[in-house]
Order: sequence, then structure tokens, then C-alpha cells
Amino acid sequence: MNDLTEERKPPVATTGILGWLRINLFSSWFNSLITLFVLYILIQFVPWILNWTIFAADFKYNFNGEEIINREMCSRVLDPETGGACWAIIYVRFYQFMYGFYPREEVWRVNLSYIMLAVAVVPLLFDKFPLRKHFLKFTYAFPIIAFFLLNGGLGLEPVSTNKWGGLLVTLVLGCTGIALAFPLGIILALGRRSNLPVISMMCTLFIEFIRGVPLITLLFFGMVMLPLFLPEGIDMDGLARVLVAVTLFQSAYMAEVIRGGLQAIPQGQYEAARSIGLSYWQMNMKVVLPQAIRISIPSIVNTSIGLFKDTTLVIIVGLLDLLGIGRGALADTTWLGLAYEVYFFVSLVFFIFTFAMSRYSLYLEKKLKTGINMGAD
Amino acid sequence: MSEDSIISLKNVNKWFGDFHVLKDVDLEVKKKERIVVCGPSGSGKSTMIRCINRLEEHQEGTIVVDGIELTGNLKNIDSVRKEVGMVFQQFNLFPHLSVKENITLAPIWVKKMPKAEAEELAMQQLEIVKIPEQADKYPGQLSGGQQQRVAIARSLAMKPNIMLFDEPTSALDPEMIKEVLDVMIDLAEGGMTMIVVTHEMGFAKTVADRMVFMDEGRIVEQAVPDKFFNNPESDRTKLFLSQILNH
Ligand SMILES: Nc1ncnc2c1ncn2[C@@H]1O[C@H](COP(=O)(O)OP(=O)(O)O)[C@@H](O)[C@H]1O
Ligand SMILES: [Mg+2]
Repeated sequence: MNDLTEERKPPVATTGILGWLRINLFSSWFNSLITLFVLYILIQFVPWILNWTIFAADFKYNFNGEEIINREMCSRVLDPETGGACWAIIYVRFYQFMYGFYPREEVWRVNLSYIMLAVAVVPLLFDKFPLRKHFLKFTYAFPIIAFFLLNGGLGLEPVSTNKWGGLLVTLVLGCTGIALAFPLGIILALGRRSNLPVISMMCTLFIEFIRGVPLITLLFFGMVMLPLFLPEGIDMDGLARVLVAVTLFQSAYMAEVIRGGLQAIPQGQYEAARSIGLSYWQMNMKVVLPQAIRISIPSIVNTSIGLFKDTTLVIIVGLLDLLGIGRGALADTTWLGLAYEVYFFVSLVFFIFTFAMSRYSLYLEKKLKTGINMGAD
Repeated sequence: MSEDSIISLKNVNKWFGDFHVLKDVDLEVKKKERIVVCGPSGSGKSTMIRCINRLEEHQEGTIVVDGIELTGNLKNIDSVRKEVGMVFQQFNLFPHLSVKENITLAPIWVKKMPKAEAEELAMQQLEIVKIPEQADKYPGQLSGGQQQRVAIARSLAMKPNIMLFDEPTSALDPEMIKEVLDVMIDLAEGGMTMIVVTHEMGFAKTVADRMVFMDEGRIVEQAVPDKFFNNPESDRTKLFLSQILNH
């Protein structure tokens, strides 16, 4: 055998588990120190949290096997030394967490909306989804269907929005805000870059004003001042007023994110589009925006996550979103002192949604990086 | 403006801010005529041909293309752009669209052509530029020469009467220049009216009916290739030719 061409295996120390450990965790004395420190924290913390949230926790029954109906029956109240979380409060209030005070005999409408939301959103997110074109038709129709389903009308019993609450309000605010802010943001971004000074100035003013003001201020504006602008006799629903505020807020941020994407599109793309005869709108819809939006997807998702969490601020103007329902539960004297459980649960629900969004954004980033579509240019 | 003139620039002046880019430019182009424009970098060649399809606005003088005068009138601009195709130095293909979609975009949206018909048209144009097998690829997967040929096909799909080329081969590696020039020669032989900004003097000698030399915003000299290359009048032309032919 020829020694020169013989393939040698890499040194043992750089492959396998040991190699991995060495490269990733113990590559220098400083890294080793950090690794040991993190390990120590994990060993201290993980078993404790698992124990508290699961092994020592009460779900429906306490350690005596009794169904828990008030705080005095929770294991951790009976025996603070050994008892874990008392999830009974979540069980008892689960309906409120999911639907607020939506009438029970009508709740199928909310459930149906939740299911349809999933059917509407998933094909939107994945471009390889089978029969995507047809599903997307449903996606566009969904807001109208959901509006009548939740709100009533067309033969359905009307359910006033002040009965809505919990996850329902959180999702309505988050989804509507994001969905409406997207087209509005595009128009604002295009407007800000317009050659017509009046349009560009108006869009810039609007964007900068909204971005310069805290969301809470806008919420108060929606609640207190918006009715003053409406013609007399027209009473706008409280949730709708908050939605206006949330949408305006989000569209300003969306506009800036999309403007960033627009700035990355080379001048040559505009010139080529113009030279083959496309109009201003055709050029934007077919050539410029598809590329600009693709570039800005990570930031779009990022601001959307921000909005989703910021919807909790509506508690200030009296809407009971998920967090609001949680705080209501805490004020109930039968369940006093179970704040950990409530905040843990509310955080978990928010985390599930925002984590999904952030994973989706990562997935897209990877796909766009390895994807052939954007090619060399 | 003479009878069979299809492009006519009269006394055209243009400024970028205070900078006078085009100075009293006069140019008449007849139907089916092939013009090659050359001159030092920064002399205003691109600006001049970009004024012809209104990618740039001129401030003084008149430009008439195929009987349409270029003014602020948006309708006129749209109709002129339908008549005039343009090929850029940097290709400017749409990277998010496949080759076929790049070509069908304008026929479908500007001419409202049915999709199937537009696709057939796209395939015909790709045959003309000799890369029908690349129809479903994306621009990023093609070589520079192939991309430029797609760009030519994209322009041709709008059935323009006039084609403008702005240094179509200067961004290409040497081995790809010929494939693009060959396509352009075919076009010229097919009777297309062409204005080509290029420094490919071999191409100019074979194809051009007339050479136009620009320097510092002016058209310094216009002549048939034979006279232009062998017996130029202006000293500046001589200097330019000696630089470009001897390097
Ligand atoms: N959009 C613009 N704004 C300001 N100056 C410009 C612009 N485009 C071109 N110029 C200037 O005008 C001159 C002519 O440019 P150009 O027509 O591109 O020359 P050429 O194509 O002959 O190299 C150059 O000096 C260039 O810097
Ligand atoms: Mg140029």
C-alpha cells in the first residue's frame, strides 16, 4: 500500500463524544469553568422545577385523594415542606383562560374558530403545503367567517365582545393586529419611499409619530379619544377600538421593517421592471415586494412576537386577555396565594406561541439561505 | 425629422444637479439601423440611451421615439417602454422568478396575455437566445452569459421595435462574451433597430451601420465603421481608438 495516499482516521480526541465535549465545552480553562458553573446551576435547578411542577404537584386531586376546590386543600398549603404546584386553580379556571366569559352553550363557535385558525394559518406558512392554493382561498375568507362566528349575526346568537376573554382575546388581538398591519405596513413603507413629497412626508410623519409613542398611550387614545372622532350616535365596540390602536401601532413597526427590505433591492431591479413596461404597482407587487418581504421575514416575525406579547397591555383599558384572566383568578379569595401557578401557566401559553413563531422564523431563514430562489445575486 | 427616422434626439440637454451630462445631443436613427455608441467612461453614453426609454428624464430638447414624443405624459412613457427593449450591463434578472417567469411576467401583466400563450412565447424567445433547456432554472443557477441571454429574451418577449444595449458584455468573463454577441448579431441580421453601447470593436465592425463617439457629454463624431476606424476626423476619437485597440 502506498503511504502517501493512505487515508488516515482523524485523531481520536477530535471525534466522538469525548472530542465533542472537548471542542464544545472544555476548549479552554475559562470555557471549562463556565461549563462547570452552568452544570452546577442545572443540577440545582432542573430537579427542583420538575419536582415542583410535576412530581410533587397536585393536578385535580391532593395527596389525600380529595378533589381540590379551594386553596386550603392544596398539598402545598396543607404541607408547605413537600407540596408542589397546585394546578387545580388552572383546572377550575380553564374555561375562563380559554374563552373568558363566552356563554357555554355558544362555546363551540370559539372552538371551531380555533380549529379554523390553524387550518387557515398552516398553509400560509409552508409553501410546500399540498393544495396550498385552495387552502389559501380559505385563509382569505377566514377573517370574515371568524368575525360572524365569534361575534354572531347571520342567524347566530350575538355575543358581545365584553364577554370575550382569555386566550380568545389574546389571539384576536395578536392575529388581527398582525394580519392588518402587514398590508398597512407595506403601503406605509412604499409611501415613505414615494417620489411624491406629500405622500412621503405624510407616511414618515405617521410612522415616526406612532413609533415615538408607547403602546399604552395609543390604547388610551383608542379607548378614550377615538369615540370623540366618530360621528355622533355611532358607538364603536371596545375591542374594536383597541384593535384600531394595536393595528396602527403594529403597522408603523411593520412599515419600518419592510422599508429595510426595500432598501436592499438594487436599483437595477426597478429599472428592469420599468424597461419591460410594468406599471408602478405591477413593479412593486411582482418584482420588488416579493424580494423585499423575503429579506425582512425574520424581522417581520420578530415584531410580530413583540406585538403578541404586548397585547397583555390591554388589561390597562379593561380588556381581559389571558394575563387579565390570570390576575382575576388571583384576586379570588378561594384561591389566594397561588400566583406562581397562574403566572407559570400564562407564561407557558405565551411561550408556546412565541417559541413556535421564533422557530418558524429560524426555519425560514435556513430555507432562504440554502434555497436556490435567491441565487447568486 | 426625416421620413423613416424611428428615434430622433434634437438638442437634448441634461443635468445631474449642477453637472451637465448631455450637451446638445443630436441623433437620428432610422428603422432597422444599427448604431454602436462608444466613448470614455463617464462620457454620458448610458445616460443618453436611458433617456430614450425614459429611465432618465432630459431637461431640454426633444426626444421622439416611434412617433411618440417623450414628455412628462405617463401614457406616452408607457407606450414608449412597450416599443423599446433594454439590456443592462448587470443583467438585472429577477432573482426570485424562474427563467420562464422572468420572461412571461411582462406579457402576462402588461399585455394581459393568457399564461399558456405567454409560456409558449417565452420558449420561442429562449430558442432564439439558444438556451431553451434552462427555462425552469433560477437566474442564480446560470452563468453570466446565460443570464444575459435570458435578459435579452425577456426584452424580446415584449416584441419591441427597438433594442437598447448598455455595455451588455462588460460584466462577463471573456469566454462568455461571444455567446452573447452571437445572439446580438442574429438579432441585427433579423432587422432589429439597435443602439448598442459597447467597446467590442470586432462586433462594431461586423454589425454597425454607424458609429457614434461620445466624449464629455457630446456626440463628437458619427461615421460609418470603415471611416470611423480607418480615418477618424477628431483627435479625441483617434486618441480613444488608439487606447482601446492597442491594449
Ligand atoms: N443618477 C446620477 N446622478 C448623478 N450623476 C450621475 C448619475 N448617473 C450618472 N451620473 C454621472 O453622469 C456622468 C455620465 O454617466 P454615464 O452616462 O453613466 O456615462 P457612461 O455610460 O458613458 O460611462 C458620469 O460622470 C456619472 O458619474
Ligand atoms: Mg455606462
